[in-house]
Order: sequence, then C-alpha cells, then structure tokens
Amino acid sequence: MYGNDYETPDAQRARQLEDTPESFRELLATEGRVEPRDEMPDAYRRTLVRQIAQHAHSEIIGMQPEGNWISRAPSLRRKAILMAKVQDEAGHGLYLYAAAETLGVDRADLLDALHSGRQKYSSIFNYPTLTWADVGAIGWLVDGAAIVNQVPLCRCSYGPYARAMVRVCKEESFHQRQGFEILHTLSHGSPAQKAMAQDAVDRYWFPALMMFGPPDDNSPNSARSMAWGIKRHSNDDLRQRFVDMTVPQAQALDLTLPDPEIRWNEDRGHHDFAEIDFTELFEVIKGNGPCNQQRMEHKVRAHEEGAWVREAAAAFAAKQAAGEGAA
Amino acid sequence: MTKGLTRYLLALGDDALVSSQRMAWWISRSPQIEEDIAMANLGLDQLGQARSLLAYAGEVEGNGRSEDDLAYLRDERDFLNVCLVEREQKDFGVAMVRLLMFSAWQHELYAALTGSTDLTLAGVAGKAVKETAYHLDHAEHWVLRLGDGTEESHLRMQAALDAEWPWLAELFDNSFVNEDLLLQGIAIDPASLRESVEGRIAGVIGRATLARPDVADALSRGREGRHTEQMGYLLAEMQHLARSHPEVTW
Repeated sequence: MYGNDYETPDAQRARQLEDTPESFRELLATEGRVEPRDEMPDAYRRTLVRQIAQHAHSEIIGMQPEGNWISRAPSLRRKAILMAKVQDEAGHGLYLYAAAETLGVDRADLLDALHSGRQKYSSIFNYPTLTWADVGAIGWLVDGAAIVNQVPLCRCSYGPYARAMVRVCKEESFHQRQGFEILHTLSHGSPAQKAMAQDAVDRYWFPALMMFGPPDDNSPNSARSMAWGIKRHSNDDLRQRFVDMTVPQAQALDLTLPDPEIRWNEDRGHHDFAEIDFTELFEVIKGNGPCNQQRMEHKVRAHEEGAWVREAAAAFAAKQAAGEGAA
Repeated sequence: MTKGLTRYLLALGDDALVSSQRMAWWISRSPQIEEDIAMANLGLDQLGQARSLLAYAGEVEGNGRSEDDLAYLRDERDFLNVCLVEREQKDFGVAMVRLLMFSAWQHELYAALTGSTDLTLAGVAGKAVKETAYHLDHAEHWVLRLGDGTEESHLRMQAALDAEWPWLAELFDNSFVNEDLLLQGIAIDPASLRESVEGRIAGVIGRATLARPDVADALSRGREGRHTEQMGYLLAEMQHLARSHPEVTW
C-alpha cells in the first residue's frame, strides 16, 4: 500500500491456485467482515499479514524522521506536540502488530522479518528531515497521503484491521492538521521561515505522491486485493484524490507545489498534474534512498541494545510465576 | 523575595525540562514499543511541569520573559537543574535508576508543595504529584525486574546504581532556597525530604537484590549553575534553532 508491496509473478500464480472457502466468498459478497476465527484462504491470510506488518513497520520506522527533531523543536509547545505525535505512531505500530497477531503470527517474528530486511516499510521514511519545516511537511503531505490511503481501509474486509484503522485515521487526521499549522505559521513568519517551508514542500511533494504506489497498469497485486475487499480504490484514483485535496490547501498556505503542470481540468473535474518519474521510488525501494541504511541501523541497534532488558523482564516474570506456583 | 521565588521555580522547572530532554532521546530507541510509549509519557509529563514552572517563574520575575525565553535564551550558567538529570542516559538501566531517584524526590517534593501557600505553585504540584506517582511506580517496576532478572541485568543495574548514586545528594541541597520562602510556607526545604526519599529508594533496591552503593557524593553544583560538560551540548542542541531565528513565532 506504500508502494513497496511487490512479489514475483510466479508467487502470485501459485497463490491463485489455492481454494477459496464458500463461507469466505459469501462474506465478501455481502460486504461482511472476516474475523480471526473465520475460514479464509491462506493467500488472503498471507497478504493481510504482509500488508498489516508492513503498515506496522512503517509506523515504527516513521518515528525516526520526526523523532529527529524532538530535541531541537523551536518552542516547548511544539516539542510537546511532536513528542505526543511520535508517541501516537508507536501506538499505531502496537495496534497494527496486535491486528497482525490475530492472523496467527507473532510480533517478535515480524520484527525479525523487518530487521533482516525480509519485510519492508514505507519508502517515504527513507528521506531525511533536514529542517524543522520537514516536520510540518511530513504532517501535512505524508500523513495527508496516508489518510487518503487508509480511510478506505476502515472498510477493509478483515475486521481487526478495519477497526484498528478507524482509530489510526482519527489520529492521523489530527496530525495532518498539526503539520498544516506548522507550515502555516512558517509561511506567514519571517522570510527565512517561509523559505524553509517552501523548501520542505519542494522536497516532500513527489515522494508523497509516490506513497500511493506505482501507476495502476504496473501494480501487480492491486486486482486481487480489490477482489478480496482489502483494497477499495486503485493507486491512481487515490493519488488523484490526494492531489485534488492538497492543491487548495497549498493555496491556503501560500506555498507552491513544485509542479508547474498542476491545473484544474474542467472536463475531468480533477486537477491535472505532471507524470511522476518513478525511477526514484524504485531506487529507494531497492535500498538506495538517502536514509535506508540509517533507519535500519537505528532500529536494529535499539532492538539489540534492549535485548538484555527483555530477557531480564522475561526471567523476572518466570521467577514470579514460579513463586506463585510454589505458594 | 521575588528573586528568591523566581530562582526556586527556575530550579524545579529546569530539573523537569532537562530530564524531559534526556527522556525524549529514548523515543524510538527503547527496548520495546511499550517502553517507547512510556518514555514519551514520562517526558511529556516532565515537559508539562517545566512549562508551568517556567511560565510562572517568568511571571513572578516580572520582566516579560516567557517559558520559551527562559528555556531557549538562557545560557548554561543560568540553568539551575541538578546535575543528576543532565548527564547522558543511553543505557536503559541508568535511565531507570535515575528515574527512580528523581521521581522519588519529585514525588515527595510535589506532595509537600500541594500545601504551599503560593496557590499557583500548589496547583502545579497538585497535578504533578499524580504524574510522579506513576513515574515512580514505573521506575520501581523496572528496577525490580532488572535487578532481580538475569545475572547480566543484575550486574548492569548494580553498575548503573553505583554510577548514579553520587549524584543523588544534590537533590537535597537547600543552599538555593531563600529562607523567607520557607518561613512563609511557599517552598519546601529539600533537605527535609532526604529521609523519606532515601528510604523509598533503599526499599526498592533491597527488593531488587541490589546493594546500596558505598560511594562518596559527587561535587555536584548544578543549583549554582555549575554543570557537567554534557550540559553545554544538551543546550546547544535544544536551543540552536530557536536562537538562529530570534524574534519569530513558531
């Protein structure tokens, strides 16, 4: 869903051969919710695990670029808001790992898959936050794009994921307004502040558009995810919705989107915009983004340095349980 | 008297602000996600305390300085926090031992300050005492788990305790508290908290199978604005953006 969700055509064909239980087809046909104990095709389960895990990993890795500015936030109020925001992302990661666990996987295994590179996170977090305005641009554009992607997931066919997304979307929408407000303050502040805001928007605009994934004619998993009620709209439709939503907001901010081809198309009832060069996205997915290595090193280091703490907590809990058993 | 109260509020506010700055480092670096969330909570509570205390200090001082002026535009020698909270804490054991000490002290302090004759200060304390009860509980649980967890964790916690203990005593330094504030029931003498705070800490470390360190107190003079070398870097990082753009709104 963030444009890293790919697999080989062979793997896809192998999965399509699997049987689909009748009860599952009925649930989908009636727009019902699939719950953890319901029958479901293995491929559906695997697709969901992969998507939810990738979403959870994105929340967790996404703590880093904004966390990068907590220590330097320019006012105590902004510092408090940013700490609370990054904390929300940790909370989203937790709900999503819990939602994935209802499908029979374990959080520790999913984290291992992230740490070893077998599972991915959203490529957007492989860009650096170079100035304070980037915190605003991430809130406004990245969280804005995430909302457009995620609101339809509140109606996802898998119940626990859909319910988790309801809460996540409410908080994301709050974050988006905070990001907008940061940029609004900057764009109406000193010339240096305004330049900082414009620079951040210039750098984050196309990466945000790429969060919707490749164009529809090059999106291998979309059709099946739509048939399964996991995905509700195509990548290009969601991208268009995001552009239409964002253009007037940019005007309200008095900032320019870095695309001279953006203009209202009366016939389509949508904004036209430039063709996106996806070469960069694919480079970032391959691991060549500015921060891929840094993000993973940060995450793996924190995990390894915390191992003694987790081991001690488990040993202490075991001792307590043994003590209670003996008593 | 006004000067004395300003100084008292700044000292308590700086403790909370600087501790919050160190706590926030853990967000995305904790041993598990639940702890990322907890560290953020602790840091946010402390930041909230700092904002209330600094804003009130500025008001009492009467020179029009805001919480941000006081946080971002004072130099190192004007910060009055204890050295305990300013030193780096990139080891989880150190973070929890320090939190145990600091929150045990803050909790006793705020509990006493709820009876302050200064109603604003009493109000800040009334909110903070609930927060520090949770902080102390959190620290106690971790010190117990880690002290009495594995052999490795026990050794690490004893080392953390030995390293932090010399910096505990400064919390009871009362040299910066104006006597009139004590006579009028506005402030609390930190020395009066020593027995209960140390008793609380001793109880936890005993249950955690840790030994009370036999080490001398550090020459810790943060209350006089004489800090460790790590303080300058903390402030440089915290203040640089605000100082690079004077007179603007964020």
